[in-house]
Amino acid sequence: MAPGGPRRGEIRQFWRTFSRNQLAMCGGAVVTVLVFLAVLAPALAPWDPNRPDTRKILVAPSSSHWFGTDPLGRDVLSRVLYGSRISLSVGFVSVGIAAAIGMLLGAAAGYYGGVVDNVVMRLVDLMLVFPRFFLLLAVLAFLKPSIWTIMTVIGLTGWMGVARLVRAEFLTLREREFVIWSESVGAGALRIIFRHILPNAIAPILVAMTLGIPAAILTEAGLSFLGLGVQPPYATWGNILNDGRDYIEIAWWLTLYPGLAILITVLSYNLMGEGIRDALDPRLRQSRVGRILRLGR
Amino acid sequence: MPSRRALRALLAWTAGVGLAAACNGPIESRPDEVVATGPPAYGDTFIQASIGDIGGLIPSLTSDQSSHEVGGLIYDGLVKQDKDLNLVPAMAESWTYSPNCLELTFKLRRDVKWHDDYPFTADDVVFTYETMINPKTPAPFKEGFLLVKEAKALDKYTVRIRYDKPYARAVETWGTTMLPKHLLQSFADAGTLRESPQNSLPVGTGPYRFQEWKPGEKVVLVANPDYYEGRPYLSRIVYRVIPSQATIFLELKANGVDYVNTLTGIQYARQTEYPAFRKAYRKFRYPGDNYTFLGFNLKDPRFADKRVRQAFAHAIDKQELIDGVRLGLAHEANGPMRPGTWAYTEDVKHYEYSPEKAKALLAEAGWKDRDGDGVVEDRDGKPFTLTIRTNQGNDERKKIAEIVQQRLKEIGIQADIQLIEWAAFIKEFIKPRRFELVVLGLGTGSDPDQYVVWHSSQRGPDQMNRTGYANDEVDHLLEAGRASCVQKDRVRAYHRIQEILAEDLPMIFLFNRDSLPVVTSRIRGVSPSPSGILYNFNEWYVPKTQQRYTSG
Amino acid sequence: MALFALRRLLLSIPLLIGITFVSFVVISLAPGGPLDFLTPEDPNASPEVKERLVKEFGLDRPIHVQYWQWLKRAVRLDFGRSFLPDGRPVLTKIGERLPVTLFLNVIELAIIVGLAVPIGVLSATRQYSLYDKITTVFVFVGFATPDFWLALLLMILFGVQLGWLPISGLRSLNWEYLTFWQQQWDFFAHLVLPIVVATFGGLAGFSRYMRQSMLEVVRQDYVQTARAKGLSERVVISKHALRNALLPVITILALALPGLIGGSVIIESIFAIPGMGQLMVQSVFSRDYPVVMGNLVIVASLTLVANLVADITYGLVDPRIRFGGRRGRR
Repeated sequence: MAPGGPRRGEIRQFWRTFSRNQLAMCGGAVVTVLVFLAVLAPALAPWDPNRPDTRKILVAPSSSHWFGTDPLGRDVLSRVLYGSRISLSVGFVSVGIAAAIGMLLGAAAGYYGGVVDNVVMRLVDLMLVFPRFFLLLAVLAFLKPSIWTIMTVIGLTGWMGVARLVRAEFLTLREREFVIWSESVGAGALRIIFRHILPNAIAPILVAMTLGIPAAILTEAGLSFLGLGVQPPYATWGNILNDGRDYIEIAWWLTLYPGLAILITVLSYNLMGEGIRDALDPRLRQSRVGRILRLGR
Repeated sequence: MPSRRALRALLAWTAGVGLAAACNGPIESRPDEVVATGPPAYGDTFIQASIGDIGGLIPSLTSDQSSHEVGGLIYDGLVKQDKDLNLVPAMAESWTYSPNCLELTFKLRRDVKWHDDYPFTADDVVFTYETMINPKTPAPFKEGFLLVKEAKALDKYTVRIRYDKPYARAVETWGTTMLPKHLLQSFADAGTLRESPQNSLPVGTGPYRFQEWKPGEKVVLVANPDYYEGRPYLSRIVYRVIPSQATIFLELKANGVDYVNTLTGIQYARQTEYPAFRKAYRKFRYPGDNYTFLGFNLKDPRFADKRVRQAFAHAIDKQELIDGVRLGLAHEANGPMRPGTWAYTEDVKHYEYSPEKAKALLAEAGWKDRDGDGVVEDRDGKPFTLTIRTNQGNDERKKIAEIVQQRLKEIGIQADIQLIEWAAFIKEFIKPRRFELVVLGLGTGSDPDQYVVWHSSQRGPDQMNRTGYANDEVDHLLEAGRASCVQKDRVRAYHRIQEILAEDLPMIFLFNRDSLPVVTSRIRGVSPSPSGILYNFNEWYVPKTQQRYTSG
Repeated sequence: MALFALRRLLLSIPLLIGITFVSFVVISLAPGGPLDFLTPEDPNASPEVKERLVKEFGLDRPIHVQYWQWLKRAVRLDFGRSFLPDGRPVLTKIGERLPVTLFLNVIELAIIVGLAVPIGVLSATRQYSLYDKITTVFVFVGFATPDFWLALLLMILFGVQLGWLPISGLRSLNWEYLTFWQQQWDFFAHLVLPIVVATFGGLAGFSRYMRQSMLEVVRQDYVQTARAKGLSERVVISKHALRNALLPVITILALALPGLIGGSVIIESIFAIPGMGQLMVQSVFSRDYPVVMGNLVIVASLTLVANLVADITYGLVDPRIRFGGRRGRR
């Protein structure tokens, strides 16, 4: 770890390690495909995802409806495609919000220590204790329930992990030579935080973000179960699943396809995230001694 | 490392459990063949599933359906409804009205006893009345009692009730739960009914006695051998609390429950048609006692114009709603009265599905698509946008909102949907009248008097006239209908009210959903009627050879 | 160390008060009140009861006064009575549900840890092998599968079609009439499916963490040294690496403590298990403030204790992070 953050050599090293991890590469590929599908959904969807048609209720998958229809006669494939936009956005945005808050608070706690650290950690405790869905209930009733409020609340209630991580990184990094050197030279706190410490702490944050996306998607699905999710008629994977809850026996397609979509997305993000983490952490890279020993066996 | 003693105990436990498993086998049996019928016999247990746990054991204090169902078996009232929805004697032997309809006198049966063997007398009736009107009693349904001027016990088995004005629903009021004076007097006076032992060990006069309540799990009742109409045949009733509709259905299929009070449309039509099910269960279908509606907020200036409301009515295809939401298992509604009852009339204005008529009416009212964007605007160019609101957790209302949204789009109205959690919905939107269009339901009631819903004096935040409807003629008719105890005088008033409501459309009446109960086929004595199948529950029985659970 | 613990414990008290106060305020501000349930949508409902109940529960007084009233009784562990029509004491209602939830959660945690440790360790020692790949996918499939979907599928298979297991509830209706051993089997049979569903979903977190921790330890110099010394792989792993890899896992276990008293409302409602998850959700939806607050206090206290334990063990592992922020080197 050097002052100033990762350099070109390190990036190449990262790529070399990452590309050797087959699972992670698969994950990354799938994630890219998913993002493309989500962006191109309006062009790809064969039917209007929100238009009910009561003559076609719960029709099994067929050539005109590859994924069948839902209880209001809407095409499930189109709904899953459009739903990917919402589910993925929920993932990205809420994790982004959580990471931003977590970074700020964790950095403050780790760098300044003392009272600031105490206050932040007590705030973390408070947030961890608070029943999340209750907060969601209150917020979703106060404000007009919408995808933005859901993303914000998931973000607001999910920053604690990142904060802890960042704080821990700071605590370890602060004792390093280059920081003390910078301080003695008179560099301001903000400069130190942003130029030296944060870039090195990026690794766990990136990992946490990648792993947080599937968690956010699952949270949205869980919210739909409780009825607190995105408003109708807009489809999300969570609410298509939820609509299909009562028809598992006669309409397996309602739960299979969105379930598969969630599964594939969660799996891919997790694999990719873990791959990134493995490749970034120098302690995990095969040391030369270890490699020699391994080859010799 | 676990100690050797602990390990041995664990092994013993596992062995014991394993042995028991081998000897016990599965807990429930598989569906039986339907055998020849047998004579009425006492015995067997009746298992019913309930989505919600009961709120308490004194139904006068609760408002949830479960506690009223259970309460209806533990407690009794002076009158009850028979299979044709008429009021017939229960704990009262007979009753008479004075000619001016201001005095109602009940003659009570002499053979009714509380479950603790104390006799039921007129004092209990008066006590119930006094408790219900007592401001310290947290009871939700007081309306009928508040109109009483005086209730007096003339002798041990006669009660005389006086009213200020004739009240059509007087007799019906006394069909509610009667409370035991000898047990609850002190609690009622102190206002601590909820903390009385009655709320955990209820004593009533009903066909079943309370045995136990495991909160969140089950309620168990046993037959009352001293019931004045004779002991009911089914010996035990168990309410199983199962908070998931999907699970209830699975339990039904696996014979874990004997009765479900209503299936969903899709369950009835598509999931219960296979041979094994038809052998093991009987399905019923009869018109229900509630209606679903699309309510306008008449305070909104856009809805003040009747033509706009009528346009909306033409834009909606009610049959599509019935097909989509109930799979056809409902009847179109054109008013708030219950079809098949004496006050109901079909002879009102109908609004057929016609987007052209809808658009024409909107245009007449000044709404045209002036800029070609698909949404109509008024003369100032303001587009017609609104939000359809309903409560969360109700799949039917959600689907209705989605279909209505689509239909409104076709006539140029842009609608959003908002599902709001019930408590917040009532408090933030319904009570302060901060809504535009809502999807809700109301009961049709057993008596056609709907004063509380349509009278202009009932528009306060805690009252039931949610749309804010006010019509002088309807007001007079409601008052007249209420103020008579002779049925044929009231008919005219109610027919006219339905006509006016259909013309004015403070809400669009959508449909009356059918009730779709399912009963296990081993139970005999079930016969459907206009009021449903539960009216003769005490006469249901299981022939001796087919009884599945012995009591005890 | 002892001083640190004591200081944190003392700090916890004002923190607990702070948490409960904020919770109280937020709950009271949430739209809809408990009294709105006494006036349902039915032409027969009556509105006057509200005023009287408002007075009885003091709902018309300012929030800090209400909170103070609550706090005075809470310190004596008197959480009052539920607002619902059954009016039973809060502690009774919690007490009915806590044992079931605790029992289920402890068993699940034991199974998860029992499975996750070997899975994680083996995955780490055979990183990127076929075994690793398969278990990784398997574990994430469990994580991503919706609980209710798996639950319903298992219920249909084992309950309806095969008839081997009961579908829902905690015990059979004739439980009181069974012999002791039959009762145990009955209990077990009812709990198998919920535990399987919960465990399948919960394996991912723990096993990945275990794998990660193991990977980090295995790369350490002392492990390489042990290998270089010629010790067998098994000894290297079990004697040197495993012990150190388990330490952070203990931290995670400590943090899992507060979760033990919370139930999954999804699993509980599908399987009709009267647990804490349902109690919490229902009391929130019906604005049953006393029950919500009682629940919160218990969860909050447990969380604070668990965090303290976690921080202490974390400090034990990494001496540099012991006592929170001292600037510079001495």
